[in-house]
Amino acid sequence: MATLQSLDIRRRSASTEVPPQVRKASVEVAKLIDVSKCIGCKACQAACLAWNDLVQPVGYFDGNYDNPVDLTPTSWTVMKFTEIEKGDDLEWLIRKDGCMHCDDPGCLKACPAPGAIVQYTNGIVDFVSENCIGCGYCVKGCPFDVPRISRVDRKAYKCTLCSDRVAVGQAPACAKACPTQAIYFGSKDDMIVHAEKRIADLKSRGYQKAGLYNPPGVGGTHVMYVLHHADKPSLYAGLPDDPKISPMVGFWKGAMKPISLAVIAFAGVFGFLHYITKGPNEVSDADERKGDELAGGQTNSRGRS
Amino acid sequence: MAVTRRQFMKVSAAGLAASSVGALGFAGAGDALAAGVRPFKLERATETRNTCPYCSVSCGVLIYSMGDKSKNAKSSIIHIEGDPDHPVSRGTLCPRGAAALDFVKSPLRLKYPMHRKPGSEKFERVTWDFALDRIATLMKDDRDKNFIAKNRDGVTVNRWLTTGFFGTSAQSNEAGYLVYKLARSTGILALENQARI
Amino acid sequence: MTNSWNDIKNADVILVMGGNAAEAHPCGFKWVTEAKSNNGAKLVVVDPRFTRSAAVADMYAPLRPGTDIAFLSGVMRYLLANNKIHADYVKAFTNASYIVKEGYGFQDGLFSGYDQARKAYTDRSGWDYEFDEQGMAKVDDTLQHPRCVLNLLKAHVERYTPEMVERICGTPKAKFLQVCELMATTANGERSMTSMYALGWTQHTTGAQNIRSMAMIQLLLGNMGVPGGGVNALRGHANVQGITDLALLSTSTPGYLVLPTDREPTYADYMKSRGFKPIRPGQTSFWQNYPKFFVSQQKAFFGAAATKDNDWAYEYLPKFDASYDTLKIVDMMAAGQMNGLFAQGLNILLAAPDKAKVQSGLAKLKWLVVIDPLETETARFWENHGEFHNANPKSIQTEVIQLPANAFAEDEGSFTNSSRVIQWHWKAADGPGESRSDIQIMSELFSRLRALYAKNGGAYPDPILKLTWNYTNPTNPDPAEVLKEINGYAIEDLPDPADANRVVLRAGQLLPAFAMMRDDGKTAGGCWIYTGVYTEAGNMAMRRDASDPTGKGVHANWGFAWPANRRVLYNRASADASGKPWSERKKYVWWNGTRWTGADVPDYAPTVAPERGVGPFIMNHEGTARLFSRAAMADGPFPEHYEPMDAYIANPLHPKVSTNPITRVFAADAKAFGTPDKFPIVATTYRLTEHFHYWTKSVHGNAVLQPELFVEIGERLAKAKGIKDTDWVEISSQRGTIKAKACVTKRLRPIMVDGKPCDVIGLPIHYGFIGLTRKGYATNVLTPPVGDISVNTPEYKAFLVDVKKTTAPAQPAVA
Repeated sequence: MATLQSLDIRRRSASTEVPPQVRKASVEVAKLIDVSKCIGCKACQAACLAWNDLVQPVGYFDGNYDNPVDLTPTSWTVMKFTEIEKGDDLEWLIRKDGCMHCDDPGCLKACPAPGAIVQYTNGIVDFVSENCIGCGYCVKGCPFDVPRISRVDRKAYKCTLCSDRVAVGQAPACAKACPTQAIYFGSKDDMIVHAEKRIADLKSRGYQKAGLYNPPGVGGTHVMYVLHHADKPSLYAGLPDDPKISPMVGFWKGAMKPISLAVIAFAGVFGFLHYITKGPNEVSDADERKGDELAGGQTNSRGRS
Repeated sequence: MAVTRRQFMKVSAAGLAASSVGALGFAGAGDALAAGVRPFKLERATETRNTCPYCSVSCGVLIYSMGDKSKNAKSSIIHIEGDPDHPVSRGTLCPRGAAALDFVKSPLRLKYPMHRKPGSEKFERVTWDFALDRIATLMKDDRDKNFIAKNRDGVTVNRWLTTGFFGTSAQSNEAGYLVYKLARSTGILALENQARI
Repeated sequence: MTNSWNDIKNADVILVMGGNAAEAHPCGFKWVTEAKSNNGAKLVVVDPRFTRSAAVADMYAPLRPGTDIAFLSGVMRYLLANNKIHADYVKAFTNASYIVKEGYGFQDGLFSGYDQARKAYTDRSGWDYEFDEQGMAKVDDTLQHPRCVLNLLKAHVERYTPEMVERICGTPKAKFLQVCELMATTANGERSMTSMYALGWTQHTTGAQNIRSMAMIQLLLGNMGVPGGGVNALRGHANVQGITDLALLSTSTPGYLVLPTDREPTYADYMKSRGFKPIRPGQTSFWQNYPKFFVSQQKAFFGAAATKDNDWAYEYLPKFDASYDTLKIVDMMAAGQMNGLFAQGLNILLAAPDKAKVQSGLAKLKWLVVIDPLETETARFWENHGEFHNANPKSIQTEVIQLPANAFAEDEGSFTNSSRVIQWHWKAADGPGESRSDIQIMSELFSRLRALYAKNGGAYPDPILKLTWNYTNPTNPDPAEVLKEINGYAIEDLPDPADANRVVLRAGQLLPAFAMMRDDGKTAGGCWIYTGVYTEAGNMAMRRDASDPTGKGVHANWGFAWPANRRVLYNRASADASGKPWSERKKYVWWNGTRWTGADVPDYAPTVAPERGVGPFIMNHEGTARLFSRAAMADGPFPEHYEPMDAYIANPLHPKVSTNPITRVFAADAKAFGTPDKFPIVATTYRLTEHFHYWTKSVHGNAVLQPELFVEIGERLAKAKGIKDTDWVEISSQRGTIKAKACVTKRLRPIMVDGKPCDVIGLPIHYGFIGLTRKGYATNVLTPPVGDISVNTPEYKAFLVDVKKTTAPAQPAVA
């Protein structure tokens, strides 16, 4: 890849080890999404589309304010709106959905393509398209259902946390745009301190269960939420209460790994040769169908035109 | 958690592919230290300070264009984002402002003066000279015919009521002031902007 | 805004009512979230719909569209009845103690002086104070006089009990009282409340009085002129403030001067009613400077052709006999009384109410000129778009000329934001194709028109021939040159009033302040309130120093705020009568023993000591603010609740005068209004945060975020009508019928109005038959062609409809 800039790598998909390195990023970064400040304006969505040169096709109205209705290969963040009645009062919970940049990324662990998914030392988990084989295992590996496979180039896409901006000292496009500082960006340490203040403010306003969402099941995340109802994350359009990497991914990383290595001379070489001779387009019909499903459609569910 | 045989096979295959490639050293150790991220696209773009055209918060925007304004490079806008210096917006933009590039580059932007003849089913491209001369003539014809110098009581009123002007609230003060001068000097009273609507 | 965007962070209570700031002005709303997180502020949202502003509010109260005056009058009643007013402020800075004439009265929905036959207040002489022999208003400082303003106000709002508020507005009594209590916490100098409103208050037949009601509350609470206070109009377009200041309004001239009327045939007549003599001892009555501003403006417009001898070219100005506002223009078009129309960046086919009426008007024009950066429905009103816009091009004889204009990024100049701050923007690139700037288009057009008159003569060519257009490049002036003319300059050397031998400004030099304007023709200036924006020190609109040394959000060296770079209006009221800040917390402008000083430019004569008793509201003859507005409002000196013209119920306060008794209804529209028997549902239109008017439907990114027209329907109504999410719904009013997809929501609940459940639906306005969004019906098909009587803003916010499930539009919804 021709590039003018780079980030140091902490982990790399389908690579058994990353050699020790002298350099270390000075900060681990994080994006803090404060749902209690979010006005659901979708500035983050617009800024994401604009910065990343994404052309999401125009869809259809789908019954609520969610639009596009879900993440797609060209919409890496979407707002999810949930109406909740509490007696006479109403809460309209609005959550920005997108990649959580797990510290222990299931996608990376599941990915069979060397270097298709990397984790930088600053914590960002990034997809490197030129290495992606479009197999969709990252989708399976993700506890948050985030990656989407494009039908155009059969590669996986998701939020990069604007690694290109962060690499030159800029905040992600969504964070910069956010009108109400519902998205805040900085070092993970600073974000946790800031979150504590926000949680105190929310508690003073009667949200006794306010808290930080930084789930330990995935080693914590580099995208965290301040929730007014931290005891029930799933209220927010199904945010997982206790996300964990799929047991399948854990299984091969654990028990399977020695076995894999044991059969390396045969299966590994065969697998690799198959990959380089036939290429990633050579997938079964079933995989194709699955891929389409995972791609989630380029248009909305009702929007096939 | 139970792992079915089918899942086991699937996982195993993935594991093999991944483990094999990595362990055999096809992923070079050197490569693994750093990865190229998407190049920062504004590296040497020209930055121009402007104001978001939508609501009256009037957020500061930075417009990035390709071309350094040298003689042989035609500037074209490639990106718009918030101006962090602006005391009201502090670099933020709403979904309208954040998509402002799509307004500048909209396929529905008008490029040429167009003319639709009475009863016609289409617009036809015309020159600026044709359009402006035509408008000036239409204005003068109507004004000369319908100008009211005095009302019924003989009071000098110097008004022209048969032509109206809806002026835009999206134009600069300077342009708006010229609209005012033009309209009122001809006696137009029906002069409005988007303030009420 | 009386205050500014940044100032909102100083507030302790924020009332968003008559607007939806989070959605319409997200980046301004940032200062609400700042106030909440740094100031412990509470956000209250009162709105018929549970909006995205409500989603982040501490308190939400619903109300029926069009009943804001009842709600706010109820608040006033609460404050007065419970003695929760800022008494010292009210006494010192308002007209609470002024004694009103005996001729004033109010009964059964009518103020005194009403002429039943003419449906007008023909005698408003009673709407005034009692005056003494010197012409000074009589006051009773003890506030005991039964006809002092405060007591009349108490009597007037007495009817608006919490029970009556609930009956009219549908706001549950408990919720209403919670809002009252929170507002009342600012009735002191320690805390302040800001009011943020927009079209939710203006676009009603009672629009101006909605805002007056809020202003009165803010006066009772002592929240005018203080940091974190004020009544803040959140304007629409990026430069709607500037274009309003510069008077693209039918009856105005720049700087809120008024165009002369038929009844003022001479300059002397015109000035007769503009003497602005103070009506309390020692008051400033700043409008006494009116002639200086007017004469300077005429000199800017007509140069040497405006002389003392010809009354400063007074004859060149058109005189108006009626308001030619948007509604009137459309009515004239529809009546065939107009031949030509310019639509510059204003999509009138969608923007004016009653689309069928606008369409018939456009079709009756001889010619239409559309100037816009984008394709618009107005430019293509003659095209057939099936169900969405049924037109027959062959039968439409209007000649249409469409001119491509530059967008913001492609020209240079200044915009004035809602905080009254004038800011410069620079050009980044040329526009597409042959598009041109508005400045160039106007200048080229004027040059050609003037040349035709110079060559061929014609009807009264003088003002056209004599209009100043002496720009270096007359067909494409440098905007800086135009801004200098707006700012003003000395025509001759200006002598120092104190020392005739000294010259304060040389001929040709730019005026540093409007105080230097003169009524003898020695100064010129297009818009007095803008004076100071471009001085000999340079273009102040270009200033970019964001520093804020006091931390109050003043940013005095960023751009230039009119007037006089003042960021908070009436700011002298942030100190008590003796000039001391009301509190340390709200310290802003105060008397330091020798002069007024503080965070901002004082809105007051800088060296006038407090002992002289000059009131802080220097624009008023009284020097005080008006709880009782005298005859300044067309429909009464106090606000009164009237039902919208599509009245959902008979007004419980006075059923015989249910709607505003002086509403202007054009003859053609006599049958334009609906009744609840046929249209039993209340509808309101609104804007979505993802879109801007009819503009961003042509912008891809925004079309993605909200691709298609929908109608918000509460769950109860949806169930009753068998409507589910995304079903097609037919919505009909007395004016017409549209279709939209259903958005069934918990956010619109039926409210109990006059004892029965009232369903409210909401319609976003942004869609049409041109654009990158899905084709949609225009919602102005439904809205009534009627407006506010004081300022003629159309009623878009409260009207009656019926809904039923239907089928998809015949034409495929592909834009």
